[in-house]
Amino acid sequence: MSEIPTELKYASSHEWVRLESDGSVVVGITDHAQDELGDVVFVELPEVGSALDAGAEVAVVESVKAASDIYAPLTGEVLEVNPLLEDEPETVNRSPYGDGWFFRVKPADLSELEQLLDSDGYADAIA
Amino acid sequence: MSDSALATTPLHAMHVAAGGKMVPFAGYSMPVQYPAGIKAEHLHCRAAAGLFDVSHMGQVVVSGPNAAAELEALLPSDLIDMPIGAQSYSVLLTEQGTVRDDLIICRLTEQSFYLVVNAGCKHDDIAYLRSQLPSATVEYRAQHALLALQGPAAAAVLTALLPVVGELTFMHGCAASLDGVALFITRSGYTGEDGFEISVPAERAVWLAEQLLAAEAVKWIGLGARDSLRLEAGLCLYGHDMDADKTPVQAAINFAINRVRRSDGARAGGFPGAARILAELDGGPASQRVGLAVSGRAPVREGAELLDGDGQAVGVVTSGGFAPSLDKPIAMGYVTATNAALGSELFARVRGKLLPVTVCKTPFVAQRYYRG
Repeated sequence: MSEIPTELKYASSHEWVRLESDGSVVVGITDHAQDELGDVVFVELPEVGSALDAGAEVAVVESVKAASDIYAPLTGEVLEVNPLLEDEPETVNRSPYGDGWFFRVKPADLSELEQLLDSDGYADAIA
Repeated sequence: MSDSALATTPLHAMHVAAGGKMVPFAGYSMPVQYPAGIKAEHLHCRAAAGLFDVSHMGQVVVSGPNAAAELEALLPSDLIDMPIGAQSYSVLLTEQGTVRDDLIICRLTEQSFYLVVNAGCKHDDIAYLRSQLPSATVEYRAQHALLALQGPAAAAVLTALLPVVGELTFMHGCAASLDGVALFITRSGYTGEDGFEISVPAERAVWLAEQLLAAEAVKWIGLGARDSLRLEAGLCLYGHDMDADKTPVQAAINFAINRVRRSDGARAGGFPGAARILAELDGGPASQRVGLAVSGRAPVREGAELLDGDGQAVGVVTSGGFAPSLDKPIAMGYVTATNAALGSELFARVRGKLLPVTVCKTPFVAQRYYRG
């Protein structure tokens, strides 16, 4: 059974979103997603400063098996990407909700968070 | 195809019990990986021994008084002079000289040969053989499972059970009996490692797998690692690195065309598409399969377009991925003859970006076959 922290919001496309105290949001992929993908060997992240459209492809995770698209859970601007993933992409497998985060976003409209799933909703989505 | 329509191998329940992630493959439900994961399985096979269920592949016995000569009319191999127990890599061909399937063929007796063909092609292959062989009979051994035991510890594990296999060298086979169960064992495989493929009656397949897995060195390996292992070994995957659009010369498997069947050989030609294949062997193909060293960390996968330094399209990637033994991406693909020289610097288009790749020799990881 995969881990689904209750304090996070989720997209049905397997991204998680965490609202920070400064109003930015951090995005990563779920434990379920990393388990399905298998050994992550490369992560292509968006450019800092780039604009994100909710639902659009924004990053790519490559596992030994295949390449998988990651979608922007919200509209906004990329503030920061996780530098650790360049040299240690396997961090996504080891710590999907911690050190394996993907990028931080300045949301255009925080109300978009309401449209994401809570942990129960995501648990149902992957059941 | 729904899962319920999928065929299963005699080892299916064992894979599920071992935590195998079952996926559809060539009409079968097969384990793509086990809980250890593709990378760990791959590295285990290179370090110790991996056990693969390859029962989905087609095991075929062709026999008859004239089997060798009749098969030579279909395969570019030297079968008439093949010693009993010897094994060879070969191809079934179209009239255009392109590859219908690749296979291994082992001489069982003066009048019979054992073939292992690809799962996805086996029914077509069997129908083709039956329609083309004038008098030889074609027996599909559907009631036999096939296990591959591969890796540096494979020989120690198998000789502990069956000392006779220690005498086999790479690409040779023999019949053997283990606790009264009739096996046919070849020293071959598709990982680049020393190892064996063991044909066993279906009802004893679980028993044999248990005997092998009892050794600490042996772990199950799924299709995912089978693919990364064969890619590192520079071996073609039918339907990807070659198909009915490619000749064996384009696919750079010239060794499948034995010397005696070449232009200057005693039995030159005489197989489907011989004129084209021999002309390509002598003059060089217009395009050919090459190894590609990838500079960055991003995997370059099947379908990626290859371009030269001027941005001209020169080919396409047919297999690519991450090489766990090398901790970097590797690929194979077809390029035009002028770009096929070792060291040619090209670019692969991946998600709109041009990633530098260099034509390199294969295998990517040294083969460790046991040649005695």
